[in-house]
Amino acid sequence: MSEMATPHHARWYREPTSTYWWLGRWSYFVFILREVSSVFVAWTVVFLLKLVNSVAHGDGWYQAFLRWSAQPWVVILNIVTLFFVVFHAVTWFNLAPKAMVVTMGGRRVPGALIAGSNYAAWAVISALIAWGLLGG
Amino acid sequence: MADRITLQVARYRPEEESAPTFQEYEVPCHKDWVVLDALNHVKDRIDGTLSFRWSCRMGVCGSCGMSVNGEPKLTCATFLTDYAPGPVRVEPLRNFPVIRDLIVDLGDFMRKLVSVKPWLVRKEEKPLAEGEYRQTPDELEAFKPFSMCINCMLCYAACPIYGLDPKFVGPAALALAQRYNLDSRDQGSKERMEALSTHEGVWGCTFVGECTTVCPKNVDPAGAIQRYKLDAALDWVKNVVMPWGGR
Amino acid sequence: MSSTRSNEPLAWLLFSAGGVMAALVLPVLVLLLGVAVPLGWIAPPSFERLVWLIHNPLVRLALLAIFSLSLLHWAHRFRYTLYDGLQVKHLTEVINLVCYGGALLGSVLALYLLFVVL
Repeated sequence: MSEMATPHHARWYREPTSTYWWLGRWSYFVFILREVSSVFVAWTVVFLLKLVNSVAHGDGWYQAFLRWSAQPWVVILNIVTLFFVVFHAVTWFNLAPKAMVVTMGGRRVPGALIAGSNYAAWAVISALIAWGLLGG
Repeated sequence: MADRITLQVARYRPEEESAPTFQEYEVPCHKDWVVLDALNHVKDRIDGTLSFRWSCRMGVCGSCGMSVNGEPKLTCATFLTDYAPGPVRVEPLRNFPVIRDLIVDLGDFMRKLVSVKPWLVRKEEKPLAEGEYRQTPDELEAFKPFSMCINCMLCYAACPIYGLDPKFVGPAALALAQRYNLDSRDQGSKERMEALSTHEGVWGCTFVGECTTVCPKNVDPAGAIQRYKLDAALDWVKNVVMPWGGR
Repeated sequence: MSSTRSNEPLAWLLFSAGGVMAALVLPVLVLLLGVAVPLGWIAPPSFERLVWLIHNPLVRLALLAIFSLSLLHWAHRFRYTLYDGLQVKHLTEVINLVCYGGALLGSVLALYLLFVVL
């Protein structure tokens, strides 16, 4: 039977994207983990705000905060948080050079150097904060 | 090493079925064969109805992109023996509508490519008497990687954002826009911003990075996009802080 | 100009600034205050030490920047995760409100704690 070719291609097959697309490849899963790390960034801010709040209300509140933060569920949550904020930092420093093309003397600074200086800054700032909190 | 290997090839015959099925073919497994050679063997000797695109068979035309064991690959650049003992699953490129068997429709990309104005835009052409446009090697290097794109669409197949939102302009088109934005002869950045600095343009990209991983020509579309985000954001700041500044 | 153009670059800049802050500052803070002190590996900073630190206006400004930008970083990234991971694009307005609104609320709270209560 003769059929005219139509401009509408109703017979094309389109595979719908599954809600679980991010489980399909390891790289997709790692990507989603990286994105989820932002939730733990937010939790860290909440945790630190609780600390600031406790300090603002006197030593009694501060001691209560210390006791609260030593509870098992808080410690476990913070261990997971530590993993995720470190994961965030590492992926961030490794990817940042992609967005910034720094040229010196006409030639592009290699990405590894930019990432390296990020890590160096990370080490210095961490040391400063640790000294600020614990030193003296 | 086995001298035969099984291909599991996706078939889709719209006149007969409403969804793809798989058909198995057993082919010789020569050590210098690529997947494309195996497909051509099937078409020549076993089943002439199998449809697929190919042309240069040397990785420069971008025609033979397909999904091999779930990974977007140029079948002319993918050795069969890498998959021994098999089976090797060959499917059409993901995220595109399938017309037939292993052939997908690329019309969406073609329209998007035009929308980013992939040509040199000049406010004023230089008169012939002034001679040619000259570029230093560094100026060439600034955009050359992005010019290596062969439009093979592996990046679109790998990009989960494109899979979720077909309105996303996509890696190759954005990288090709950058090829022109970063060309010292071009003056069209502002014109391109309409298409690029939108939610369907660069802002839809969440830097998964798979596009760069699968690109067979080292174009690095992910890098192109992140650089554009920074440029567009700084331009936005400039417009807010100094709105009177013209270009 | 479409509203997406007018807002997205700003959101991305804040997200990026927040990402840098969070990356540089949060890991050591979580390690020390979230894990090492509660587990008894090190002694907690004394109350006096913290009071001394926090009454420094530079420290307070830095903390405000860190808290606020980190929250905005979360807002932007989480919004996209909801779009892409869960494909809930049809809830765009609600998601934007919850994410950016939440981040702004948190920032205001931080401002209040750091500069009013203290």
